[in-house]
This record gives sequence, structure tokens and C-alpha cells, in this order.
Amino acid sequence: MKVLMYGWEFPPHNSGGLGVACYGLTRALVGEGADVRFVLPRKYPVAQTGAKMVFADEANPLDATQARIYASGYVKEGDIEFLRGKYPELQYGPSLFDEVLRYAALSPLVALQQGADVIHAHDWLCIPAGLAAKEALGVPLVVHIHATEFDRTGFGQVNQGIYDIERRGVHEADKVFAVSAYTRQLLIDRYGADPDKVEVMHNGIDADDSAVASAIEGEMRRLKEAGVGIVLFVGRLTLQKGPDYFLAAARKVLSHRPDTIFVVSGSGDMSKRIINDAAAMGISDKMLFTGFLREKELARLYKCADLVVMPSVSEPFGIVPLEALLNGTPVLISKQSGVAEVVHNSLKTDFWDTDEMANKIISVLDHPALRETLATEGGRDARAQVWRKVAARCMMMYTKLLKVLSHA
Amino acid sequence: MSAVCLYFQVHQPRRIKRYRFFDIGNDHEYFNDLGERDTNNGRVLRKVASKCYLPANESILHNLNAYPEFKASFSLSGVALEQFEEYAPEVIDSFKRLVDTGRIEILAETYYHSLSFLRSPDEFREQVRMHADKVHELFGVTPYVFRNTELIFRNDIAEQVADMGYLGMLAEGADQLMGWRKPTFVYHAKNDPTFKLLLKHYKLSDDIAFRFSNKDWEEWPLTAPKFANWVNAHNGDGHLINLFMDYETFGEHQWEDTGIFEFLRAMPHEVLQHPDNSFVTPTEALTNYAPVGEIDAPNYVSWADVERDLSAWMSNPIQHDALRAFFDMEQEVKRSGDEDILRDWRRLSTSDHFYYMCTKWFQDGDVHKYFSPYESPYEAFIAYMNVLSDMRLRLKGVPKRKRSAWESVAHKARGVLQAIKS
Repeated sequence: MKVLMYGWEFPPHNSGGLGVACYGLTRALVGEGADVRFVLPRKYPVAQTGAKMVFADEANPLDATQARIYASGYVKEGDIEFLRGKYPELQYGPSLFDEVLRYAALSPLVALQQGADVIHAHDWLCIPAGLAAKEALGVPLVVHIHATEFDRTGFGQVNQGIYDIERRGVHEADKVFAVSAYTRQLLIDRYGADPDKVEVMHNGIDADDSAVASAIEGEMRRLKEAGVGIVLFVGRLTLQKGPDYFLAAARKVLSHRPDTIFVVSGSGDMSKRIINDAAAMGISDKMLFTGFLREKELARLYKCADLVVMPSVSEPFGIVPLEALLNGTPVLISKQSGVAEVVHNSLKTDFWDTDEMANKIISVLDHPALRETLATEGGRDARAQVWRKVAARCMMMYTKLLKVLSHA
Repeated sequence: MSAVCLYFQVHQPRRIKRYRFFDIGNDHEYFNDLGERDTNNGRVLRKVASKCYLPANESILHNLNAYPEFKASFSLSGVALEQFEEYAPEVIDSFKRLVDTGRIEILAETYYHSLSFLRSPDEFREQVRMHADKVHELFGVTPYVFRNTELIFRNDIAEQVADMGYLGMLAEGADQLMGWRKPTFVYHAKNDPTFKLLLKHYKLSDDIAFRFSNKDWEEWPLTAPKFANWVNAHNGDGHLINLFMDYETFGEHQWEDTGIFEFLRAMPHEVLQHPDNSFVTPTEALTNYAPVGEIDAPNYVSWADVERDLSAWMSNPIQHDALRAFFDMEQEVKRSGDEDILRDWRRLSTSDHFYYMCTKWFQDGDVHKYFSPYESPYEAFIAYMNVLSDMRLRLKGVPKRKRSAWESVAHKARGVLQAIKS
């Protein structure tokens, strides 16, 4: 099975979950015996997976910093404007849309050079490139949706151009993979996707590629033994991730259980607002903002937390709860998240129900038995979600797709 | 000859409403959900009454009228009886009509369908006495035979029940208890030839209770003549066919459209076609047949799940913790002399609260999930523990939870940051 896969970012210089998912899936597909050619728009150093890496534009390589800044699937046009001023030396296209189209323009040549049984394109950034490759080779196209414009904007200001590309991709693909049943429903409801065409393909996690720490050390251990509850938020500080709901719940918890620390790990356009709001609520001394943390630091944080909360407003999947569980920490997740479909043994609330969120946080902090049961049973759920299983299912879908089309 | 001994369990717990941390100290009504959730006890009770209890009683009454030989027995938990009185009194009347025929036996159990036997022999006895009083008050009869919550059995329980003067008790005919022996005979308890035991024929009982509507089962559809043939096949192979099951089998677990009520009405006729067959009540069975051997149960046996042990109620840390916290309060609750607190505490002894906290196969959407009014075992635990916290406050006579002083942990926060960055 020869798979030509179009991605936008790839570890180690990824800025979002898309790169992590692409890495995990690619590595596992290679393990399943697939011949994967993974295409990126520009050349920069990437992690090894066993797949052949192909760069659409070999001529203009990026260094690590440039790659991280520009590779994100989450950048906005506004950010681009800002960055263009800051990095005039960058040879990248004049806008994100231009860059997406550039990728599509280079795609047919890549496709003809590499050849493929099936084309697999991730998210809107790669949809035009995927469609172009399909046209060039006449083989089936799988469009894999990790996040829609509705998720990224929290159902707010949807960019019509991006929506239109997503819509075309969903309609013109031969098969659509949605990262969760939650996302699948969204594609059907908001994009008019044919339900028969959309398959749920949950993300996986492997113990070795997540941030897993071995032990809690010194100071942290003493804090825990002193009975201080530690509640952790990990994610970009954007509307989509619901940090404001985390803050509201924190305030409610603190009025009943002052000996609790709320740790916010991540950065984003809401950083300032969240810090200011915490101050206005008078709970700054119980809040800890770590900024963006690298894997080892993040792993330690997971390990020392009593509970990880993911209050996302709209989360197509959400890998954070799986990382937390692999580190032995239980999770509280919003019902508006795809990961809730695979982590059965977790606490769940609506993202807006901060009363219930606070109730559950307090319960976990007050009852070690609850923490233990959630960690044990939830850990089982997380360990069952290995990429190998996802890739096997993916291979099955490719085969089925080829069979159906050859009979048509 | 085969004597069919029917026993149906009738039970409805008082489910705890969604009770949050913020309700502690402010709300002492734990069971009064009036909303759309399945923790609305009145709503659940009326639904089950119309789907199961009333039509099933009609079928039983029909059988009693049509066949003078037909007999059966019921165990009705006290907590179910008081909810019938509260939400569906017509169910009580309907049961009265059955009992009045003189061919329906009522069994003894703990009033609250509780796990009190686990830690508190005193509480266990008290609840059995309360239940006997309630049965006498409503039906004018006194139970002679005991059945414990979910047929949970062990040597020491038999000892206690024998000591209370009961004739015998019911137990699950589990493989680990029976070995090569058959449940079609009467047995006696360990070291007590006078205290007799009836063992559930789990194969034939579960054919009706669990497999009746299962289309993947090779015997589907189960018809009354087919079932009567299986009963007949036991002739010469013992005296008794003990068919023990939840009464909710009829109309609630097996829906009306599966033909379960037709089966219930047709079964007696088919069984009685064979001249050697009959129906008996538990008391008759224990009186008519001499024990053929001793049952030694050093470990708990129940009728729940495939394990047929206590794991449905106490296998994970949250279940153990909730049980511990519950029993820890007993002395203080009883010393308080407060009737309301004692009643609420006893309502919390009901086994179902702990069943809802079970995480065995939670992911597969199995029976625990089907029978739970909560979204997850964790919701059940949280509500339960919050209620216990409120109970503790009531015991202290503190009407309202005081806001605790704000102590700064900022230096500790800095410590965390240091530790992470190091």
C-alpha cells in the first residue's frame, strides 16, 4: 500500500497537535507495512518515522524557528500580518492562503514523482494540495479532519474562505476521516457531509512519544504530602480551550478549599486576559502560570497534579487527557471533546457548567479513593489507545476504499 | 417429580439526586429529585409500576385463578414498599390481592435491601425486624423464610438468620458453592442440620431472566412448552426447580413486546401438563423435603454478575471508601437519637448505591451502566460522599458550613514553579 500523505507541520518543530498526530499515525502505518511518503510544504529538520519525507518546495528551506512559527495550522491572518513585519527576511508567501495555494500548485508534480495508491490529506491547509494530487493521479483521496474552523473559533468568527475549503474537501474526498464522533457530527451538521462517507478515526497515543515522567521529586513530593491540591490546565490559552471556564471553576473551588493551587500551562492570545481576570477575582496567589513547557517539564507537572482539567469549548479530539493518564493523573474533561469517546473512566462536565466542574474538582481533591480509581481505570483506557490499532484500522479503510472504487 | 418454586424479587432503591459539594450544609433532602433524570424516584417508580408490577401482577393473578395448583413467592424490600405507598399505592393493593389468595408467600429480607450484614450484625437484625413489621402491617402475614440482598450468602449470615428463628434461606446455586451437587435438592447450612437452604437453579432461572429475548441464543425464542420440557427433564433428578429472579424481568428487563407476559401466563399450564409436576412455596419446599447435604460457604456468594461474588458492590477503591465512610458513622448516628438522620443513614445502606459505583466493564456499556441512573460510577460516588458529609454536619448540629479562613499558599505555589523549572 503506497500512501501519499499531505501534512503541514511535523515534530519536533510543530506548534500544535496536528504534527503530533501526523507523526504517530505515520510511524504506526509504516509499522503496519505501508509505504508512506509524507509531504510537507517546505524543507526543515523533522523527526524520523521510517516514512520517506518529501518537501514540496526543496529550494527554500526553513530553520527550526521559522518552521515552528509558520507551520502552525492555527495561525490567523492577523498573526501573519504581525509576523511579516517582524521577520521581513522570511521568504515565505505573502499570506497563509497564498501559502496554501502554493502548496497546491507544487502538489501535482510531487504526486507524479512519488506515485500513490491512495492520497491522505490532513486538515484544510492540505486540502487544496490533496485535491490537486487526486486530479493528477486519479487515485482515491482521504481527507482527515483534526479540527474545523468552528472548533478553532469556538463557534465565533468563522473565516468563510477556510470554511469553503473545508467544505470542498469534505465533499470531494472519496473518504473523510473525522478525529471523533463529535467532529463527524459537526461535519454532517455544518458541512452537509454524507454520513456514509465519514469514518471516525480517533487519535492514538504511545507511551514513548508522550511526555511521561518516572517520578516526582523533592519539593513537589513534600508539597503533595502537605495536602496541597494541585489542579492543572494544559493547552493554548485561546477561546477554544476554555481557560476562562477553568478560572471560574477555580474561584468556586477556592472559596471552599483554599489549600489548592491551580496551574495553567500554555500560552496564547488570552494569556493577558486570564492573568488579569485572576487578579480581579483576588485569586492570583493561588494561580500559577508556567507559560509554554517542554516535554520533560510538562511531564513533571502532569505527575505532580492531582487532577488535569480540559474545559474545551469545542475539542475535536484533545490529546492532553491521554498524556495525563499515562502519567498516572486522572482527568476532568468537557463533554464537548472527542477524547471523551475513548476515555470512559474520566469525569465529564459541560464546559459552561463551572459549578459541576468545581464540585468534581473538590471531590477528587477530597477523596483519594476517587483519584486512585479514576487514575487506574482511566489509565487502562489511555493505554488501549495505541497508534498501532489506529493505523491498522486506517489500512483497512484504504483497502476497502480501493476495492469499492475498482468495482465501480 | 419436579416441584417448581418461584421467587420474584421486588426492589426499588431511593436513588440519590445530583448532590453537589455546594449543597452540603444547605440541603438535607437527598432523594427528592423531581426533574427529568433517572434519579427522580417517583418517576422511575410510576414507570416501572405501569410497565412491570401492575401487568405482571395481573398475569400472576390470572394464573392463581386459572390453576389451583399455582403458587409463588415474593420478597418486597421495605424501601420499595414505602415508595409504592408514596407514589403508586395501587401496586400495594395489587400485591394484596395476590397475597389474599393464600398461595403467595412473602419472604423476609432487610428493610433497606442493604449491605448491613457486612459490618454490623446489630443493624442487620434491626433491618430484618423492620421489614417483617412492614410486611405484617401491609399484608397481615409473617415471613418464615429469609433471602438476603442479591442472594448474598456465607456461613456466618446463615448462622445469624438461623438465630433469628427463620426456617431457612435462599442462596445462589453458584458453581463455587455446589461443586458437583445439584440445586434440585434441599440442603442445610454448615454445622446446622435444622437450618435449610434453597439453591437457585441458575441455568433455568437465567434462561428466563437474562436470555429470554436474546436472538443470538440458540434456544430463542423460548416458548412455554419448550421451557416445560426442560423442567420435565429433571424428573427423577431431584425434587425442586428453584426459579429465582428479579420481578422486573417481566416488562422492565424483558419488554412487553418480547412476549414475556404471554410466557408468564402460559408457563404454569405447560408445567402442569406433566402429572408429576407441581408448584411449591419456599416454606412448603423446606418443610416437605429433608436436606440431602451440607452447604459450606466460607466465602461470599451472590447472584450478581458472572463472578457471583461481592465484586459488584465492593471491588474498586471508591466502593471500599464509600462503605467504610458509611459504616464509620453508625455509632454516632445511633447515639444522636435523631429519627430523621437515622432514616436517611439507613436509606444510604441500600446496596444499589454501591452497585452504581462499580467500574467492572464500565467501558463496555454493560448491565451496571444500564441499571445506573448516573452518567458514570464516579458521579454516583461523588453524590454519595457529599451526602455523607452533610450527614456529618447534621450530626454535629452545625446548620451551615462555615467558610474556612483564607490561608495563603503563594509560597507553596512558588515552590511548585521552582520544582518544575529545576
